[in-house]
Amino acid sequence: MDQGIIIAILATAVTAGTPILYAALGEIITERSGTLNLGVEGMMLVGAVSGFMAAYVSGNPWLGFGAAMAAGGAVSLIHAFLTITLRANQVVCGLALTIFGTGFSSYIGKPFVGIPLKETFKPVEIPFLSDIPVIGPIFFNHDPLVYISYLLIILLAFLIYRTRWGLNLRAVGENPAAADSAGISVSITRYQSVFIGGMLAGAGGAYLSLAYAPSWLENMTAGRGWIAVALVIFAMWDPYKALLGSYIFGGVEALGFRLQTMNVTISPFFLKMLPYILTIVVLIIVTRETKTRKVGAPAALGQPYHREDR
Amino acid sequence: MRLITLEKRMSPIPMAGMVIPVISIALALLAGGVFLALSGKNPLEIYFTLFQSAFGSSYGFSETVVKAIPLALCALGVSLAFRVQLWNIGAEGQFYMGAMAATWVALTYPEGSRWVVLPAMFLAAAMAGGLWGLLPAIPRAFWKVNETITTLMLNYIAIFWVDFLIYGPWKDPNGYNFPLTAPFELGATLPSFGTSRVHYGLILALIAALLVYIILKYTVWGYQLKVVGESQRAAKYAGMSIVKTILLVMLISGALAGIAGMTEVAGITQRLQQGLSPGYGYSAIIIAWLARLNPWAILLVSFLFGGLLSGGFSLQSMGLPAASVYMLQGLILFFILGGEIFNSYRLKWIGGRS
Amino acid sequence: MGINDILVEMKGITKAFPGVLANDQVNLTVRAGEIHALLGENGAGKSTLMSILTGLYRYDQGELAVHGKKVNFNSPRDAIAEGIGMVHQHFKLVSTFTVTENVAMGSDSWGAILKLDQIEKKLAAFSMEYGLQIDPKAKVWQLSIGEQQRVEIVKLLFRGADILILDEPTAVLTPQEANDLYIVLRKMADEGKGVIVITHKMQEVIEHADMVTVMRGGKSVATVPKDYTDETELARLMVGRELDLVHKIETGAPGEVILQLQEITAVSDRGHKALKDVNLIVRAGEIMGIAGVAGNGQRELAEVITGLRPISAGQITINKVDMTNRQPLDIIKAGVAHIPEDRHNTGLVPNLDAYENILLKHYLDKDFRKGPFILWSALSQYTQTLINKFDIKLSVPEAPVKAMSGGNLQKLLLAREISMEPNLIIAVYPVRGLDIGAIQAVRGLLMEARREGKGVLLISEELDELFLLADRLAVLHEGELMGVLEVEKTDIEEVGLMMAGKKGVKGCA
Repeated sequence: MDQGIIIAILATAVTAGTPILYAALGEIITERSGTLNLGVEGMMLVGAVSGFMAAYVSGNPWLGFGAAMAAGGAVSLIHAFLTITLRANQVVCGLALTIFGTGFSSYIGKPFVGIPLKETFKPVEIPFLSDIPVIGPIFFNHDPLVYISYLLIILLAFLIYRTRWGLNLRAVGENPAAADSAGISVSITRYQSVFIGGMLAGAGGAYLSLAYAPSWLENMTAGRGWIAVALVIFAMWDPYKALLGSYIFGGVEALGFRLQTMNVTISPFFLKMLPYILTIVVLIIVTRETKTRKVGAPAALGQPYHREDR
Repeated sequence: MRLITLEKRMSPIPMAGMVIPVISIALALLAGGVFLALSGKNPLEIYFTLFQSAFGSSYGFSETVVKAIPLALCALGVSLAFRVQLWNIGAEGQFYMGAMAATWVALTYPEGSRWVVLPAMFLAAAMAGGLWGLLPAIPRAFWKVNETITTLMLNYIAIFWVDFLIYGPWKDPNGYNFPLTAPFELGATLPSFGTSRVHYGLILALIAALLVYIILKYTVWGYQLKVVGESQRAAKYAGMSIVKTILLVMLISGALAGIAGMTEVAGITQRLQQGLSPGYGYSAIIIAWLARLNPWAILLVSFLFGGLLSGGFSLQSMGLPAASVYMLQGLILFFILGGEIFNSYRLKWIGGRS
Repeated sequence: MGINDILVEMKGITKAFPGVLANDQVNLTVRAGEIHALLGENGAGKSTLMSILTGLYRYDQGELAVHGKKVNFNSPRDAIAEGIGMVHQHFKLVSTFTVTENVAMGSDSWGAILKLDQIEKKLAAFSMEYGLQIDPKAKVWQLSIGEQQRVEIVKLLFRGADILILDEPTAVLTPQEANDLYIVLRKMADEGKGVIVITHKMQEVIEHADMVTVMRGGKSVATVPKDYTDETELARLMVGRELDLVHKIETGAPGEVILQLQEITAVSDRGHKALKDVNLIVRAGEIMGIAGVAGNGQRELAEVITGLRPISAGQITINKVDMTNRQPLDIIKAGVAHIPEDRHNTGLVPNLDAYENILLKHYLDKDFRKGPFILWSALSQYTQTLINKFDIKLSVPEAPVKAMSGGNLQKLLLAREISMEPNLIIAVYPVRGLDIGAIQAVRGLLMEARREGKGVLLISEELDELFLLADRLAVLHEGELMGVLEVEKTDIEEVGLMMAGKKGVKGCA
């Protein structure tokens, strides 16, 4: 393969990785507070369909993007209410959210299936940066949502590590009882983090339906929400590592596409399996790794917290 | 300022096991109805159509039972895994693997008699489904690798694998290029009751429920499952092997879903084809939870959900996507989850002032 | 705030939980400049009362005034704002955070963006001033328990607390460290702060407190100046009846070696060495006590013997058979009973009923199974026998055992373990959290086991208990055995020094 093809694959890796990146960043914030939301897939679907509908009706993709975030955030509040206030099982509730999101998005999206979107996000070259050889075409010749995701990583890392809110968020995720006695409201913090996670999952879904493949199809996320959940573990709950992970997955997807067009003898169905197989393999490696290195999940991940229990 | 607080309940609500699911379903239907109305549909008409086509005619009724069979088998499998806190959401993939293995037997031995081929298909399906359940169980048991994600990833892999076969090597040469295999010979089909489509898989589902019930209630192994599910530390303390339990449970859980796949290809489609499952494996999760993992309740809830599925198809004629049934299923699960807290807590008004 | 001003005034405080009246008309007055001991048994209502004062619970009835202002806190935040701070028994620290981060969290006096280095500097200066040396940059999990306690105190002072509550602060300290702590507390009192110490140790009250409030059964039964009371009176107030402070009643008659540990080394969950070259022998008919501050390898020691934790070096022999790194089931079959530290989730399964909890150690017994099936009738008969014999109080055996009281739970656990006819009993903190009646019952059962010729390994944090029950004592410090002592020939002073890391004069006895 010549350099041009490799650069093209890597550039596709960035766009293919972006929806996963948005969702994974959101889930990182959510899990940092000790709440596990397995409904990412469902929230992405709701985001994708709402974003598409809003963009289609208004003719403005930015409005679509905003609507997607609002919709993703809204459905995430169902999870927040059930798991934080009503103390429901987080795993099952996340599954319920995915199942609900799948059905809900197909229901409201039915009239929009297969319609192309007129106004979509178009690539914008960034002056000077896009002229850098290799780096430029890979990272700086994309649509604005990709650039926003770059900024988002920096913003979220700053939020988690350098602000008071981030410190409180991490405290709640590591030891809610300690946070509580230090005067931090565990449930408000968790609500906030779940809501941010929902908005970003919605944004990831919207990237699919507004930029990556501008249209709406039932189940168009095809498991990307679950890959994002796995990616959070890979990223060890760190935004910067999520970037790397997302692009690796994007790269595998891009490679699959590329190989299909290059008359390779592997069946396309096996190429389509690659991201899922990769997820499993990566998950196994990372889990074993974190076990030996003693760094890992927020200590209270998945555990409800309530004070009055004696 | 909090006005309402939750307070521990001293005595459980009488009949909570029945009352809460029933109220939850009612509220879910109500919420779904409000939503349907908001989007300009007539909820009463839709629910009526749903009910009418699921339970209103002997054909509808038999279709409901037909759908309930794979649902029940998958849900029984899922319930075993849930019991030991293994979140197996891979029943869908295990179902497809079972269907695939059964199809392999059917296509490889087209001349065989029913008495040989069907048991062979059954075994192959149980083994393939079991293997698909065991695969994520191994990293889970030894390194605590999150099984929710791995089982789900395996669903996609299984479906692509089946797609590969029915678009490729197993494609029916006389099938006008449709993604399906050649129809099975008579020896590879499950007989039905009378002229209906209700096949003998029903008996398998009933036997499976009975076996699960006996295992849980009367056997030492069932007791071990209970202990492992309640507290792994206690199980280790009592000398039980967590690893062995995880592997075995996931094997059986997968095998049950695999058997469901076999009954579907041998009893209904009589060939392997695309979109074999309308999401049985996912509905099974909700059924298991709704039934509180009780095998008899699983049979009942599967029947109701079978109705939801078979009725769901009739909704398509009203311009609703079949998948919108999942919206309703999701809502039901939300209300069940939200309602569960009232088993152990009650709301208490604490007033607005200090 | 001047000395003797009233800081906290609680009048007729009442708090009910479903089914329990946790606080019933409680009165408590704390003044600036005093160390006020809150004395009472487990379940007397001390924790609930303090949770009300720290804003975790709201009271139902009564009056609470802090600094002369009537309050009923909605959250810990409100309590912190009124200058109330508490050091809980289980420290409320985030172990992956640095000391500074722990101090900074939850506080909004720093602005939205963290400037940790600024806080660090202030904190360093502040802790110097109080003579409470801590490294602001250290991660909490790297600190010893004593240091963590210091962090908790500094955290409260730094956030401006002038009412300090400490819950059983000496439970995790060596006797010498406990003395140092009281020096610090006295210094704070002298500066005009109010210090409340929750404890059940009467000796400590007599030595260090100014005022004592005794609680019993959710009520405050007396408030007396320390100088006008003594241990006997406090004990009577606490228990509600005359209590003869028990002295050693009997000793064992050591026989053959049952358990032998040779050069045992094992790794903790965190990956560092939890046990280092431990040599230990337990004989039939003796109680071997293990003393030491909690977290010095006690849990790992019990787990290693019962097969729950592998050892990386050494040899374990039980009844002359090599049992090194065998499975828990093999150890159970070899006749080792285990009363684990965590009775609620390890020794028992809270959501299962009494029968099923008895079955936990009998599910493979021929008496209770036939092929793959459980013989429920035989099991229920056996369970009934145990319930009667050990005088276990429960509503019905079919109810989940989580509804039972702590004492009865522990009796159920002991009944199962002792009735297995073991040769060796490993008992880890067997009386922790129990009331005096249950404590006496549990101790009686252990002594009876010794009389029957069983070997007992008793891990305890209460030196009084070890001196009362044990024949020999071994002291654990940072995973090492500091030495083995004959109880008759040593005293608390010597054991205390060994708990702090001083090797014993005698080698391995």
